[in-house]
Amino acid sequence: MADVKGVFVIGETAGGQLDAGSKELLAHGRKLADSLGEPLSIAILGDSLGGMPKEAIAFGADTVYGVTDPVLKEPQPDAYLAALTKLAQERSPKVILVGKTPLGTNIGPRLAFRLNTALAQDSLEVKIDGGKLVATRPVFGGNCVASVACNSMPMMAVVRLKTADPLARNDSRSGEVVEVKPGLDPSVVRTRVLSHVEEKQEGKRMEDAEIIVSGGRGLGGPEPFQKELTELADLLDGVVASSRAAVDIGWVPYAYQVGLTGKSVAPNIYFAIGISGASQHLAGLSGAKNIVAINKDANANIFKEARFGIVGEWQKVVPALIQAIRELK
Amino acid sequence: MPLNIIALAKQVLDPETPVSAYRIDRQKKRVDTDPVKKIAPVINGFDENAVEAALRIREAGNEVKITVLSAGPGFVTDVMKKALSMGSDEMIFVQDPGLDSISDSTVTVQVLAAAIKKIGAFDLIIAGRQASDWDNAQVPLGLAEVLGIPCIPVTRKVEVKDGQVVCERVIPNGYEVVSAPLPAVVTVSNELGQPRYPTMRNIMAAARKKPETWTLSDIGIADLSPKLAMLDLFIPEKQSRCEIIQGEDNNLADAAHKLALRLREAKLI
Ligand SMILES: Cc1cc2nc3c(=O)[nH]c(=O)nc-3n(C[C@H](O)[C@H](O)[C@H](O)COP(=O)(O)OP(=O)(O)OC[C@H]3O[C@@H](n4cnc5c(N)ncnc54)[C@H](O)[C@@H]3O)c2cc1C
Ligand SMILES: Nc1ncnc2c1ncn2[C@@H]1O[C@H](COP(=O)(O)O)[C@@H](O)[C@H]1O
Repeated sequence: MADVKGVFVIGETAGGQLDAGSKELLAHGRKLADSLGEPLSIAILGDSLGGMPKEAIAFGADTVYGVTDPVLKEPQPDAYLAALTKLAQERSPKVILVGKTPLGTNIGPRLAFRLNTALAQDSLEVKIDGGKLVATRPVFGGNCVASVACNSMPMMAVVRLKTADPLARNDSRSGEVVEVKPGLDPSVVRTRVLSHVEEKQEGKRMEDAEIIVSGGRGLGGPEPFQKELTELADLLDGVVASSRAAVDIGWVPYAYQVGLTGKSVAPNIYFAIGISGASQHLAGLSGAKNIVAINKDANANIFKEARFGIVGEWQKVVPALIQAIRELK
Repeated sequence: MPLNIIALAKQVLDPETPVSAYRIDRQKKRVDTDPVKKIAPVINGFDENAVEAALRIREAGNEVKITVLSAGPGFVTDVMKKALSMGSDEMIFVQDPGLDSISDSTVTVQVLAAAIKKIGAFDLIIAGRQASDWDNAQVPLGLAEVLGIPCIPVTRKVEVKDGQVVCERVIPNGYEVVSAPLPAVVTVSNELGQPRYPTMRNIMAAARKKPETWTLSDIGIADLSPKLAMLDLFIPEKQSRCEIIQGEDNNLADAAHKLALRLREAKLI
């Protein structure tokens, strides 16, 4: 077996491109690799890779493992897992980072168990301390923070998105591209995707939005999401989101949910309207730069997190806010 | 032959409790509860969804036996029995003081896998998407690997047809219909829908049932081998810096107007 060495990040692709989360992971990985004095690699999987390896090098990778196989045409967790297990066993990295995405949270823990090691979930920060990977992560719904160290190799963490900015693109960086042909047996795929249904057709992805107008149980029904919140969002070129309470009652689909078990967002302004600010909701807001809270309860926890707040009923505040912003335009 | 379903359920501190009731033992790195404002234990919310998913498989016309399995340092039987009162058939506790404050999924998987081996035949394991204490979201995935079976995480509908489990898996903007051959592990999320309230009849039936309790040695585990070390556990300090905007004579429309101006001043809009 080769030396246990280097930092690996698991790349993800969307529409034949390296996705934004992979570039953030490369930034986290670069820091770890530099502090270990070891190289940073990324694994990119697919049936063909186009310009992605060059792109990954420009964003900080020293080595790109370009893993191609017909079975990898779709980002199938079982196929990814088989290919990555093989790659990790052959290259024996010291650290493996995975993004907190639907694919990453599916294959990260499984890869850890296949490699007979452990993984720190949902990390906000990763660093090397005394030769160990140490992750800082929220626990108990975000009420507490834990710092955990990995005691087995490879040391693995799932890293929350929007916790690092990608490095500045540098097209003159050099790096090595290693072609890997795992020769996957199609029978490794045991779970099959029979169909794929998009419930929310939106112009802009919530994860990329600069302005988010979010509502909670305090809105009292589904209509305000369609009407006032949408109006405010449209005015500011933003998108509408919600708390889990609003999803659980059925006012909006799950695609709107922000939080621990919903989306992580990083807008410039997050309007929290009729949202109490439970830790599990705030868990999705660690990247939000400015929270504006509108809540009738002056003691609501959301005011502890907000930069601006109005204590009052949204029915009176939001329409006036829409009008005022319109006048300013 | 009934379909044998194992529903995993963890006893956790009520996650809706305000953080002011938390006390952290920094030495032992565990969350204790304030001696006055005690935090009540509950069944992990997503695990109630898991039991609900198992019951719906029964109601879809399958003959189903549901065994609830839980591992932990100590159980409040009345709390955990809710899973039986909802309609499950049996309940097994693996109890050991060493499972106190276990945040390392490796250990939990080791224990649950050994207990499942002792249970014997099973067709489907249904778990919650994550436990609201350590929010690990990985025990079921690890368990699937150790048992060498497929895993479908984060679903909102679970059906069994012709030796396959067919699920609606929640994805960021919708869902996917995914199938896997049995035996398999699936995890469920709250989008599955509200867990049912126990009926009087089921409460009476559950009252007569006694959960079986196993020790680690009953399942052949001599020692637990964690792979993650908890270095620190704390409650982050929060400084409120909120600028509360008030309107003239407490007029809310005026406050909204001022807010718009403040946002403009701060170059946010
Ligand atoms: C394991 C777990 C995971 C979770 N994951 C998530 C998650 O991902 N995302 C999430 O959001 N939650 C999540 N939750 C739920 C979370 O704990 C809270 O229950 C939820 O966020 C509450 O939603 P809310 O703020 O809309 O509702 P509430 O807490 O009921 O708050 C409603 C607020 O509206 C205010 N209000 C009422 N009427 C008006 C009015 N007319 N005008 C203005 N304000 C008004 C009230 O003062 C109150 O503050 C999770 C919980 C658990 C246990
Ligand atoms: N100690 C345990 N006993 C029984 N089930 C558990 C235990 N720990 C985790 N689980 C199951 O695994 C799911 C995910 O837990 P976790 O990976 O710890 O977040 C939970 O929702 C439970 O269904």
